[in-house]
Amino acid sequence: MASLTRDDVAHLAGLARIELSDAELDRMVGELGVILDSVAKVQQAPIEGVSPMSHPMPLTNVTRPDVVRPGLTPEAALSGAPESAQQRFLVPRILDED
Amino acid sequence: MSVTTHPGDVVMDYDEALSKFDPVLGLEVHVELGTDTKMFCACPTTFGAEPNSQVCPECLGLPGALPVVNAKGVESAIRIGLALGCEIAEWCRFARKNYFYPDMPKNFQTSQYDEPIAYGGRLDVELGDGAIYRVEIERAHMEEDTGKSLHVGGSTGRIHGAEYSLVDYNRAGIPLIEIVTKPMVGAGERAPEVAKAYVSALRDLLKALGVSDVKMEQGSMRCDANVSLRAKAGDDPRGAQQLAVPLGTRTETKNVNSLRSVERAVRYEIARHAAVLAAGGSVLQETRHWHEDTGVTTSGRVKSDAEDYRYFPEPDLVPVAPTRETVEALRATLPEPPTKRRQRLQRDWGYSDLEMRDVVNAGAVELIEETIAAGASPTAARKWWLGEPSRRANAEGQDIVTYAALLGLTPVDIAELDQMVVARRLNDSMARQVLDGVLDGEGRPTEVADARGLELVEDAGALEAAVDEVIEANPGIAAKIRDGKVAAVGALIGQVMKAMKGQADAGKARELILARLT
Repeated sequence: MASLTRDDVAHLAGLARIELSDAELDRMVGELGVILDSVAKVQQAPIEGVSPMSHPMPLTNVTRPDVVRPGLTPEAALSGAPESAQQRFLVPRILDED
Repeated sequence: MSVTTHPGDVVMDYDEALSKFDPVLGLEVHVELGTDTKMFCACPTTFGAEPNSQVCPECLGLPGALPVVNAKGVESAIRIGLALGCEIAEWCRFARKNYFYPDMPKNFQTSQYDEPIAYGGRLDVELGDGAIYRVEIERAHMEEDTGKSLHVGGSTGRIHGAEYSLVDYNRAGIPLIEIVTKPMVGAGERAPEVAKAYVSALRDLLKALGVSDVKMEQGSMRCDANVSLRAKAGDDPRGAQQLAVPLGTRTETKNVNSLRSVERAVRYEIARHAAVLAAGGSVLQETRHWHEDTGVTTSGRVKSDAEDYRYFPEPDLVPVAPTRETVEALRATLPEPPTKRRQRLQRDWGYSDLEMRDVVNAGAVELIEETIAAGASPTAARKWWLGEPSRRANAEGQDIVTYAALLGLTPVDIAELDQMVVARRLNDSMARQVLDGVLDGEGRPTEVADARGLELVEDAGALEAAVDEVIEANPGIAAKIRDGKVAAVGALIGQVMKAMKGQADAGKARELILARLT
């Protein structure tokens, strides 16, 4: 199992929009490394003949009919927003992305 | 607000670019399904509703809310896949596409990753001259649309320079099907035309399926165009020599939202890549923004970390596993494919290949079909739609359907016009005047004819008198006709029509003249 580098952690932190200090980065390398080691142990389990599973229940095709049900009013929808304007959620400016 | 222009980059002359490089395209088309509710919740999907009036805890990503799949969304996806000749997965899952951007409040988009519902299809696309290009379809998968952001404070209305953004989540969660082509090779210089023809054919197909209103101007069908160039090898873009050349670096031009723009954007990117490569540079793999107004693309974000979406199977949704019986039942609901339908209509209408192609290229198939249904002859329906209305639509840079809808010109109007000609109330030139009047907003055809006083003179006496006068005034021509040179009759008909101020039936005038002279 490849070990986690400091750069890996910095990359993940960037993707997750979490700001980490240098000290936190160093600590996370260690903590995440422990988790990866544990997963590596799980990966040693004999899985021949066992199909991959993403859900614990053997269900498929759970659907609902295409029928409208009332949702929230705009007021209710916006009630938890830190800021709003023009009946829309107001969010900080977005840079260098589209 | 200052007007910003996008000067664009250095481009190479298109023909020169194609003499040096071979273009390869890949198109991703997103189509919003016309379901009543969203893909994973029961919120309505009405276009143009008040901001944030069609939302619920699920599509707002509130804690604890759970998604449930819209059955009709899955059915539509399967029907689209089948219509594109795809295989339908026996078992597939949704996946979370993780990214942080306020247009998805969940911080992920529910999509499909390596298990699309449909894969491996094709669409045969007819080009302007009747040539067929086969577009191979990589996959069609289910996902959800994002919210709409309004960027406020910047000078351009775009993202750069915006001070804050306002988000409306009505669109977040509307079912989307993303249809992805395999690399489209071998089109050579016709690549831009192929791109446009593909999107057009796909639009026709989706419309025929009734799964979407496919309105590009409202964003219910959107196209991203991937373009790359590779060195040209040999003269045949489909030759083995050319196909062996590895693909170049591609750019993805986003939000190309009209058929005309698809062609223009692809053409622009080919010319831009060519200039970069010819100058010894390398094309940057990036997203480009298309600017409809100036006809150029500008750099968006560079593909890097932002593309690292950490897909994983959506734990809140169970797999979709359509039984083969379900798939076959849906296959039985497929409409006649648009290309087959066109062949049938051409036979029914008795059009030549060229005539049919003109009709298809003008986008007037449905208009003509409805006009014939309203009582016009196929010949008349084609003649009137491809005449002045098409000319004006072209001059306005619009397609005929949109243009006619804008003016309120309907197939019933054209049928009414034709009826007046058939009933000999109007002759051809009078009918043209009536059509001009309708296009200028003067009313329905009968109203325009009444208001303008256009009516063939049914007074046989007046016509006969005019015929007699004209024969008398032109003894030389009359003599020729008596000697058997019937072709000379045209000159006399012209004079009779002039004498009648155009308000006569030229056919009748001809009959009368010939009756007197032969």
